[in-house]
Amino acid sequence: MNVVDKIDPETATETVLAVNNIEVIYNHVILVLKGVSLSVPKGGIVALLGANGAGKTTTLKAISNLLHAERGEVTKGNILFKGDEVQSLSPNELVRRGCIQVMEGRHCFEHLSIEENLLTGAYTRSDGNSAIKADLDKVYGYFPRLRERRRALAGYTSGGEQQMCAIGRALMSKPTMILLDEPSMGLAPQLVEEIFEIVKNLNEREGVSFLLAEQNTNVALRYATYGYILESGRVVMDGEAASLRENEDVKEFYLGIAGEGRKSFRNVKHYKRRKRWLA
Amino acid sequence: MGLLFDIFINPFVEMASGLDFLLQVLWEGFVSGTLYALIALGFVLIFKASGVFNFAQGIMVVFAALTLVGLHALGIPAFLALILAVAIMALLAVTVERVVLRHLVNQPDIILFMVTIGLTYFLIGFGELVFGGDPKSMITEELGLPTGSTVFDVFDGIVILQHLDVAAAVISAIMVAGLAVFFNKTRIGRALRAVADDHQAALSVGISLNQIWAIVWFAAGIVALTTGIMWGAKSDVSFALQIVALKALPVLILGGFTSIPGAIVGGLIIGMGEKLFEVYWGGLLGGGVEGWFAYVIALIFLLFRPQGLFGEKIIERV
Repeated sequence: MNVVDKIDPETATETVLAVNNIEVIYNHVILVLKGVSLSVPKGGIVALLGANGAGKTTTLKAISNLLHAERGEVTKGNILFKGDEVQSLSPNELVRRGCIQVMEGRHCFEHLSIEENLLTGAYTRSDGNSAIKADLDKVYGYFPRLRERRRALAGYTSGGEQQMCAIGRALMSKPTMILLDEPSMGLAPQLVEEIFEIVKNLNEREGVSFLLAEQNTNVALRYATYGYILESGRVVMDGEAASLRENEDVKEFYLGIAGEGRKSFRNVKHYKRRKRWLA
Repeated sequence: MGLLFDIFINPFVEMASGLDFLLQVLWEGFVSGTLYALIALGFVLIFKASGVFNFAQGIMVVFAALTLVGLHALGIPAFLALILAVAIMALLAVTVERVVLRHLVNQPDIILFMVTIGLTYFLIGFGELVFGGDPKSMITEELGLPTGSTVFDVFDGIVILQHLDVAAAVISAIMVAGLAVFFNKTRIGRALRAVADDHQAALSVGISLNQIWAIVWFAAGIVALTTGIMWGAKSDVSFALQIVALKALPVLILGGFTSIPGAIVGGLIIGMGEKLFEVYWGGLLGGGVEGWFAYVIALIFLLFRPQGLFGEKIIERV
């Protein structure tokens, strides 16, 4: 019955991250996730889609263990990273093991320069200054704009630069897996495209796996290999990105393309929408 | 007319006519200024790294000094007592982090502020329980601090420099320089500043808040111990010292809560300013202005430059 049982040993080794039927409760009362399961294959880009409040961010924070700081906790299910249970680890231990989150809204350290921001990403590393320097160069290679701005205080840089800084900072920890929360937020379409290109590059060249939460379903499904759709704290649909893109319901509700002419969203009753997902 | 004369002319005539005395006043102000700066530094450390205004910093000064004196009174040699006092401040830092801060990550600043008020009263009670409430004298000579004084002949008069004051100024300077390097050049220092900016983001990149907070409280504890020794040597070690420590507040408002140079310059301005004002203008107001002068300056700063002289710029992107 449990999802764990379904994963056979062969595929299990290729799974970097497996989330099994987790339930998350905030403040001991507010049930936010009602049994979410998903898995990210090694070297994959997996998209986590859904509307506001569907539970995307909560899912990511449950994985990175940042929930505790917000008085949330995982009350059921388990999370496996590289085959080990990780729910009880501290966030810094998880970063040390190679799983790092880039938070929604970028969260750069405003009063630190871009370069200092990037260096904080290497906080958990102990492989010496020259290795860190080399990685810094590599990050500047992926984000040439950051090199130009490296002396600037992060608080004074543009939204796009801050997003690059946040991703670059995560990269400095030498991750095998990045949890990327809403990278497109507040950015111009062109920049969104640029950021996603870099994500794809990192995925292909550095072998970093990504789990990305996005509201911009269109872009996310173009770059991801697999997608999960969350609604009210449950996974209501999942599948290969290509097939999700072709799915009529996804088209209608998330891509804004109606099958038989435009329909007003208002006229579709809520229970009906849910029923369709669950069918 | 006479009043204007007393305010704008007379004091300066007095200054010019007794340059040696002016120099003495400035020196005294400078020394108390360095001590204000040291206390303010303790506040800045914790504020920078955790965004918490640590109301308990003043009592930590007293507590550290009392611990040192108390240990020595038990018959422990001075230097061993000093090392033990440092260890106790480390223990205090870890305890505060474990018992209090760890459970309050991401709570509003005001809650953390209230916690430090609670901590203040706990330390007062605990300190009195262990060491008693009587003032004690600092073990100045045992610690190898100089006690004599040197008299200089200048401007047809004399200026007296207490060696202890010189030592206080030098030690403060070393401490400040060390902290500046620590903050700006080291991995831990960078992490401290990162935590100051954004707790959540710091957590997300793998910085352990618990570790950082323990470190920063320990650093503040060491600053407190130093201040306690210096101030205790000038007067007595008693709980009244924490009132003096509150002078750090105007210093911080003047210098900016997040700036180490600000704490120093602010401390010096307040220290020298209040001495000058007391001596030359105090008579007009019946004396005793030293107690509140600093707060008035702070108020003026709050009105016109709320981030202080060197405070971190309030970054607002438009």
